[in-house]
Amino acid sequence: MSKKYSIILIIVTLCAVLMGFSKSNKYFVIAATDVVFKTPEGFPKPVYKFKNNKLTPEIFVLGRMLFYDPILSKDSTVSCATCHQRIAAFAHFDHKLSHGINGLIGRRNVPALQNLAWKSTFMWDGGVNHLEVQPLSPLTNPVEMNETIADIINKLRQNQDYVAAFRNAFHDTVITSSHILKALAQFTGLMISADAKYDKCMKGADTFTVPEKRGLMLFRDKCAKCHEEPLFTDNKYRNNGLKPDTSLKDIGRGLITGETADYYKFLVPGLRNIERTYPYMHDGRFRNLKEVLDYYGNPANFYGKFDAEMLEIGVLTNENKSDIIAFLNTLTDYTFLYDRRFVDPFMQ
Amino acid sequence: MSVSNYFKVMFGMAAFWVAISFSSVYAREGSMLISIAHFVGNQQLQLDTVQYKNELNQPYTITKCKYYIGKIKLKKSTGGYYTLNDYYLVSEEEPASKQIVLKDVPKGEYTGMEFIIGVDSIDNCSGAQSGALDPVNAMFWTWNTGYIFLKMEGVSPVSKSPGNVFEYHIGGYKQPTNCIRTIALNFGSSIEIGDGKLPHITLKADLEEVLENPHTIDFSKLSSVTDFHNATLIADNYGNLFSILGVVP
Repeated sequence: MSKKYSIILIIVTLCAVLMGFSKSNKYFVIAATDVVFKTPEGFPKPVYKFKNNKLTPEIFVLGRMLFYDPILSKDSTVSCATCHQRIAAFAHFDHKLSHGINGLIGRRNVPALQNLAWKSTFMWDGGVNHLEVQPLSPLTNPVEMNETIADIINKLRQNQDYVAAFRNAFHDTVITSSHILKALAQFTGLMISADAKYDKCMKGADTFTVPEKRGLMLFRDKCAKCHEEPLFTDNKYRNNGLKPDTSLKDIGRGLITGETADYYKFLVPGLRNIERTYPYMHDGRFRNLKEVLDYYGNPANFYGKFDAEMLEIGVLTNENKSDIIAFLNTLTDYTFLYDRRFVDPFMQ
Repeated sequence: MSVSNYFKVMFGMAAFWVAISFSSVYAREGSMLISIAHFVGNQQLQLDTVQYKNELNQPYTITKCKYYIGKIKLKKSTGGYYTLNDYYLVSEEEPASKQIVLKDVPKGEYTGMEFIIGVDSIDNCSGAQSGALDPVNAMFWTWNTGYIFLKMEGVSPVSKSPGNVFEYHIGGYKQPTNCIRTIALNFGSSIEIGDGKLPHITLKADLEEVLENPHTIDFSKLSSVTDFHNATLIADNYGNLFSILGVVP
């Protein structure tokens, strides 16, 4: 073989190898086995069971595209993932309040997205009653994505990638709101966190350190009534005694029910991956867990018509606080945080 | 066309006709038509252009009128009801939305009907929906999940809202602010659903009823209802929205 031919052969081989790398990006491929919904051991029965929304890789992949695509916002600058960051358990790292288009700021802290299939109401005030319709709220909120459903559908219809993705997913030539919402529900509904050190310890596959163990005991004694295991929430609305930030004018659950008894109540958040979801509280006022425990650990801090259960916490010592924090850090679920299924597909 | 082909075509047409006749003879269902005519008092509604007066003699024009009806129940002359689960979004601006064809209704005599204005609680809690209930129709609250049952908007010089507008967006399926209202109407005579028949009921929807009886709406005091506050005042009023205008059996 001549030298010339050898060089050509080498180049062709190199090209083939490189192309192979870029094409066979298995990291982003979703198989049928990736979209199986299973209730983790010890979890209660789910609320959302994908009953009228059968899980398929094609629909999940479409939901993933939509979640990460800013096309869903009015000026195509903000996607769901802008505020729901994967490595923060889909909360917004280090941001007190939600951010929207044109630099607008909302009035509540972005909640983590995890174990949503076990929730019957959504948002801090529980205003949304179903996983499938939840995205409509941020999509249309003027200080978040500020878009209309009709415009979203129009934009997607003009995009050939989406036309193909919707056809693959739903075997339907039209793009409808129902398709969009069901695809997003498949993507978000599979965000399940159930493999933290805590879970492994519960199954006997790992052991708590001494401070973590002390923290767990304290947690069960003082926090678990509201932050009920294994989801770490009782899904109730409670006033946790925070003095309202008058600049936000947020009456919480009262906004939904109109009942004075519900004023300043907010949905008890689950605490999984709490290490990653800072800052804390519905208005993001506490920067770290130390500030949270300094607050809860002194009843003199509680303001207004706070929940009576809170008085059972009593005064926490510095050692109590660091033990509880050690325990809370066992709720960090690396399997979930680094799950390849939820990685931004536009990074390919 | 050859003679044999001619016969083939004739035979085919005959067979088709026989099939059609048999299918209608043996069909157990028929259809009916419901038309809705919007009025203000005794005048037919004209959007934007015609000024009306409410009970307090306040002038107003209507710019939008859109609402859900659904869960139609037809009253059988032999007792009992035939129930349909569908919803219809009726809008003055869309003529087709004011003509509702009910298909696959069991044959027989019917003497009246019931339906709801609004969307019942189950359908408010069922996630993503399509058709009349598709949220793309902009009859859906996203921050406090639920359908807007009725949107009536207009202008009155006495309204203190910007642009002197009034807007009533009424919804809510939970007590104590449940705004679902049931309408029950007797046809006066019976209609018959059956082969080759299309009985036709014309309903009068008098929009004056949204503004009065039992609660007189004063545009200068209540020009905006867009959540549960005061919503039941309007809902109580629209409980009398419909009456029978015509029956063609």
